Amino acid sequence: MSSSQTDWSWRLEKSIPSSSEEGHAAIEELVHALENAGWEGRDFFHIHMATEEAVVNAIEHGNKRSPDKMVHLDFRVSDDLVRLVITDQGAGFNPESLPDPTDDDLLEKPRGRGVMLIRELMTEAHYNRVGNSVEMIKRRSPPAPEES
Amino acid sequence: MANYKRIVVIDESGVSVVRFVDRKIVDSSSIEALGEELNALVTVEKRNMILLNFDGVEFLSSAALNKLISLNSKVKAAAGRLKLCCLRAEIKEVFTITRLDRVFDIRKTETEAISAFQL
Repeated sequence: MSSSQTDWSWRLEKSIPSSSEEGHAAIEELVHALENAGWEGRDFFHIHMATEEAVVNAIEHGNKRSPDKMVHLDFRVSDDLVRLVITDQGAGFNPESLPDPTDDDLLEKPRGRGVMLIRELMTEAHYNRVGNSVEMIKRRSPPAPEES
Repeated sequence: MANYKRIVVIDESGVSVVRFVDRKIVDSSSIEALGEELNALVTVEKRNMILLNFDGVEFLSSAALNKLISLNSKVKAAAGRLKLCCLRAEIKEVFTITRLDRVFDIRKTETEAISAFQL
């Protein structure tokens, strides 16, 4: 099923100031909605972490914590699909231009892992042309085989 | 011993075993404070055999990972050794995805990690 046909059980759409406190408050709302919709384990962790990275990137790198700029959040949750769009009012960036933080030369640099984690942890992650908005999608993973 | 707010430090067989106060290491001001406290272990207290025990830590962000990388650099510069243990599976996976499992010596249990310091 595509995300446009999904019957969302929870939705949060709001603009927040460029502050970590506001960002974390919104993420906590998402976390509760995920728990209520039965998301758990790795999938739950992946969504939580990717959202944390995307919201922090929007506040710190996108809006540069400017009090004049907002971050727009559009969070949607269903039983088997999650769609999250985070948009800042910054100049944007080209995600393809970022160096690979897993390169040997960069492995011990204390920065630059957020976008890579978003892509690895979510089923899909798309940036808009400007690079100031990311759409992240997670489909529920099939149950893991029981360990013997 | 310094008065830390984000970590608890216990000496065990010559190793400084560090546990984290927060279950979720995400808040940016807490992460900054955590980074300063971890660095102080090496630069102020001159500890250089350090085990980070992640028992009870449910979640961390890449900003927290960055603090661990900085600590690792300081420990290496002090000719010391840093190990990690007791990571829940989801956090261990983050170290694997980022290839930081090649930077850090990650052990399953505290006992195994402390033994590895004696090798």
